[in-house]
Amino acid sequence: MTAQKKNAFVNKKIFGRAVKDSFLKLSPRTQAKNPVMLLVYLSAILTTGLWMTSLFGIQDAPAGYTLAIAVILWFTTLFANFAEAIAEGRGKAQADALRASKKDVEAHKIPSTGQKDSVTNVPSASLKKGDLVIVKAGEQIPSDGEVIEGAASVDESAITGESAPVIRESGGDRSAVTGGTTVLSDWIIIRVVSEAGESFLDKMIAMVEGASRKKTPNEIALQIFLIALSIIFILVTVSLYPFSVFSAKQAGIDNPTSVTTLVALLVCLAPTTIGALLSAIGIAGMSRLNQANVLAMSGRAIEAAGDVDVLLLDKTGTITLGNRQADAFLPVGGVSEKDLADAAQLSSLSDETPEGRSIVILAKEKFGIRERRLSDAKMEFIPFTAKTRMSGVNFGGNEIRKGAADAVRDYVIQKGGTYPGECDALVRTIASQGGTPLVVAKNHQVLGVVHLKDIIKKGVKEKFSALRKMGIKTIMITGDNPMTAAAIAAEAGVDDFLAEATPEGKLQMIRDYQKKGHLVAMTGDGTNDAPALAQADVAVAMNSGTQAAKEAGNMVDLDSSPTKLIDIVRIGKQLLMTRGSLTTFSIANDVAKYFAIIPAMFVGLYPGLSSLNIMGLHSPMSAVLSAIIYNALIIIALIPLALKGVKYREYPAGKLLSRNLLVYGLGGLVTPFLCIKGIDLLLVWFGLV
Amino acid sequence: MSNVIQYILYLAILVVLAIPLGAYIKKVMEGEKTFLSPILTPCENAVYKIMRVKKDEEMGWKKYCASVLIFSGSGLVFLFLLQLLQGVLPGNPQGLSGVKWDLSFNTAASFITNTNWQAYSGESTLSYLSQALGLTVQNFVSAATGIAVLFALIRGFQKVKSKGLGSFWVDLTRITIHVLLPLNLVIAVALAGGGVIQNLSPGQTVPLLEPVAVNAEGEILDHAEIDLASQTVTVDGVKVEGAEIVTEQFVPMGPAASQVAIKQTGTNGGGYMGVNSAHPMENPNAFTNLLEMISLLLIPAALCFTFGSCIKNKKQGVAIFMAMFLCLAAALAIVAVNEQAATLQLAQEGSVNLSMIDQAGGNMEGKETRFGIASSATWAAFTTAASNGSVNSMHDSYTPLGGMIPMLLMQLGEVIFGGVGCGLYGMLAFAILTVFIAGLMVGRTPEFLGKKIEPYEMKWAVLVCLATPIAILLGSGIAAAVPEVADSLNNSGAHGFSELLYAYTSAGGNNGSAFAGFNANTVFLNLSLGIVMLFARFLPIAGTLAIAGSLVGKKKVAATSGTLSTTNAMFVFLLILIVLLVGALSFFPALALGPIAEFFSSIA
Repeated sequence: MTAQKKNAFVNKKIFGRAVKDSFLKLSPRTQAKNPVMLLVYLSAILTTGLWMTSLFGIQDAPAGYTLAIAVILWFTTLFANFAEAIAEGRGKAQADALRASKKDVEAHKIPSTGQKDSVTNVPSASLKKGDLVIVKAGEQIPSDGEVIEGAASVDESAITGESAPVIRESGGDRSAVTGGTTVLSDWIIIRVVSEAGESFLDKMIAMVEGASRKKTPNEIALQIFLIALSIIFILVTVSLYPFSVFSAKQAGIDNPTSVTTLVALLVCLAPTTIGALLSAIGIAGMSRLNQANVLAMSGRAIEAAGDVDVLLLDKTGTITLGNRQADAFLPVGGVSEKDLADAAQLSSLSDETPEGRSIVILAKEKFGIRERRLSDAKMEFIPFTAKTRMSGVNFGGNEIRKGAADAVRDYVIQKGGTYPGECDALVRTIASQGGTPLVVAKNHQVLGVVHLKDIIKKGVKEKFSALRKMGIKTIMITGDNPMTAAAIAAEAGVDDFLAEATPEGKLQMIRDYQKKGHLVAMTGDGTNDAPALAQADVAVAMNSGTQAAKEAGNMVDLDSSPTKLIDIVRIGKQLLMTRGSLTTFSIANDVAKYFAIIPAMFVGLYPGLSSLNIMGLHSPMSAVLSAIIYNALIIIALIPLALKGVKYREYPAGKLLSRNLLVYGLGGLVTPFLCIKGIDLLLVWFGLV
Repeated sequence: MSNVIQYILYLAILVVLAIPLGAYIKKVMEGEKTFLSPILTPCENAVYKIMRVKKDEEMGWKKYCASVLIFSGSGLVFLFLLQLLQGVLPGNPQGLSGVKWDLSFNTAASFITNTNWQAYSGESTLSYLSQALGLTVQNFVSAATGIAVLFALIRGFQKVKSKGLGSFWVDLTRITIHVLLPLNLVIAVALAGGGVIQNLSPGQTVPLLEPVAVNAEGEILDHAEIDLASQTVTVDGVKVEGAEIVTEQFVPMGPAASQVAIKQTGTNGGGYMGVNSAHPMENPNAFTNLLEMISLLLIPAALCFTFGSCIKNKKQGVAIFMAMFLCLAAALAIVAVNEQAATLQLAQEGSVNLSMIDQAGGNMEGKETRFGIASSATWAAFTTAASNGSVNSMHDSYTPLGGMIPMLLMQLGEVIFGGVGCGLYGMLAFAILTVFIAGLMVGRTPEFLGKKIEPYEMKWAVLVCLATPIAILLGSGIAAAVPEVADSLNNSGAHGFSELLYAYTSAGGNNGSAFAGFNANTVFLNLSLGIVMLFARFLPIAGTLAIAGSLVGKKKVAATSGTLSTTNAMFVFLLILIVLLVGALSFFPALALGPIAEFFSSIA
């Protein structure tokens, strides 16, 4: 994600559009989608009506007072609309950018891979699933597809925002291409996998824009709770009218309660704060996920991410830095360390693997042995093959080999040399420490062992221990043998590991954890990950991965970063926490509102109730106005929190709860007392009441 | 000080007895052998055989719910007709006529809902047949129904990915035969031993030790000097014309002890005598008072422990118990302090001695001198915490705040122990609300006892929790707008409003206690209170069973350190907070017009 996009958090354009949208959202159809705010909307209409009738002399309350209440209620509705609009704004801006890249291009359709030259040009929108298309350098890929022949570098910045090109090739795990991206060099033949309108880009636009946003189960459950509270408060206020009439009759005075004040009380009591911000919180959560360059296929997946308690993490890239690196040269049988380093370097000169490079570098760093030029002394390089499991070099009559211990032993013994027991011991020690031993032999004589080591990423151990405190188990997935895996697992501080992992092994492991009641998240890229991805509760497919993997996952990571899983869990938890905290805040607010409005309503009936006016509000009218103004302003004040989410900390549940309860529960209790008193003072100061 | 010891003792005895009873109920309901099985299990099996009940049937929630509704519904119809027709039925030696239709409906609704609101005076309205075949039977089975529904919910938590919630008929039979009958037998015998009447003799007439004079309207004359010889009555030296001298008293008789036992243990509350357990034949002394008072909360408290051991999480049972217990203790403390302190009006600027030297002190109006403040306040708190409704003092005469607390305890939805079974399932619905909000705050979608709480559970849980506030607010709101209701009041002003609110609160909480002085026997009140009782009883039952039906099909989520603990002090605190918050937010305005207004005017 580029910095520019991040800064666009609330830029002028989004702000302007949000203000406009707040008015557009006043249409009854939009309002009906949010029952709590619908209540405010109807209350605004009712009080406006009451004000109008008061102009004709049918007075419920003083006309100016009714008008003031009506205006504030309209603002409350607008503020809620604004909260939603501003949350949607970011997504809309992103969607516009994506739409720009989704041009209708000309596709070069071919009948089969054998007939590359018989090209028919058709518009990309007319492509069907299974069509074959050839895309050459400089052309845009017309549709989502699977590379079936060729390899090319592709610019995917339109989708990922990442400007460095990526390689896409047939076979293997990097075969998926996305419509709207551009081929920079070479050519590829792709098989179209999605019809027009259902492509990845289309889905992505719909998702970021929130067009296909459905309410998630948890959101619905919360809404049920809020509706129930609203219903109770409707009953409270509606029954209060006859109660008041009844009591007034008993006391022999006129009914002191106006409909206007009852409506004001209702709106104050109804959970409008959370009701107004609920959808903004959901949209902002999705938006944060998009900012992390993860595309969720549904909002449900983000919620599930908050619940995940088992993370399957690939060792490479997540726990360790890319590949193994040479860490030490361990000579045997009186050979000097430098001779061993020299031979190892020579044998690795043509070895372009990261392991090979690291041997060359280590020899240079330790003994200053310069890289020799490959053309020197008629070197003959022996490449690594799966059969020999050795690589090496022949030069000047010397024969240097390096490779896996058993391969080198076989080679040495076969050639009449001896394989020293000392070497065996070294190999075993290195393996038990989680390293990979490479035995180096020169002229059938074992020189020593190179210790290749997995380098654990900085900070992962702390990360995992924080996750553990939150109740999240981390499991390392690796193709290494169990001994190596165990050593790395111990060093990295993961809770468990799956060594010599196979797709079936992963699937079984996920099933086992799920059977025990855990929710499992994993990342995957290859076709063989698809079954495991489909089984996992939260499955993040890498964008670089195969189409099968992407279809099996419920999120796609556009950056293809293996550590993304941890961010996703964070975003999921933060979303749920924000919902809970603001609900608590909203309900806690009611206490202060009661203390403002109830004495104001009934002090005429029972003067003793003025003792409940603990805030010492100026007059009954100023008390009601202050409460309802607070009720409207708090929505605006909390929009930034709803968009950013509450602060996320890696604490155990108990600690998180007491923290959030203190901040939002106690805060929600105290804040309105102070603010309502403040607003009351201001109203008096300006002589408005 | 001695009072404080009394309060602590009452609570301690309750806990000590509840724990073993809880263990016993668990054994019974899980079909394990108990020390009573050799005698009772054959009876149980005989019932199944006669009624053709399949012992191992597993009902889905809808069938379970339908069974409850059919059972209670037929009870309602039967009880209604029984009262209507009692004039022509046998077992009516006093020759009482049939009960009016509206009162019949009200009484039938009241007894099948375990409310026992009585808009009539038992001895002058109902025949022996109606009492025995109608009310007494319902005292047992309405209590058993509540416990059965609770067990359906417990099975929802216990079982994983299954369908059945057990059989309602089996649950009903087991609870009645293994729990209610033996327990009440013991209590009834103890009460009879303690002096509560238990006989089949007709009422007796006994001479008064000191004759009493009444005027022509039947009102007792104070400071009257009675001359038995000349049959004249003089007050302050003036002869009262038309005065009558009363020398004899009618003493009612009957099988009270057995009725009183189930009235207390089944959280029914419908008294044998008109004034309930304030009557010396129904509750003669400190021993019977203690026994009856403990019986009030015994089963509801025990069920908390049963719940804990059934779900194999005893801590959870204790946590729920603690939440209820702390609320009860706090409520009791407020009532006790207010009653002991009395009011300025009562003190009459020092001319009335309210001190505790050689007397109970405080506000003794409406309380029996043989019980004093401590036993009366404890009873008031217990009977409204449990949805029992029996009384040993008149709540109408309590101080404003002392009378508000019993009302609030009912308004909280009768979940502070509450009715047998229904109190706990109500509290569990509140626990679901609590984990919903608290669960979100720790960044997880909510779960309770390993089961995920989703929209379906939320929908029903809020209905269970809000049924009582909805019923009370709607009922009293309508009643306040009906002009004739004002005529039923005994007082005017804020206290008059409290009487009205109390009546609907008692019905909506399925409690049944009355704020004496309110004449509830009118067509409107009989009907509206009856409907309120039915609504507040059966909506939560349906909701609880729906939740159970959904939970039973769910898998169990593993607990980790990221899971919200539902057994620690924090959860207990939150649960109490949510219960109080829902109650307070729903009723603060209404209470402000009643007891709170009354309180402030009394200190002004």
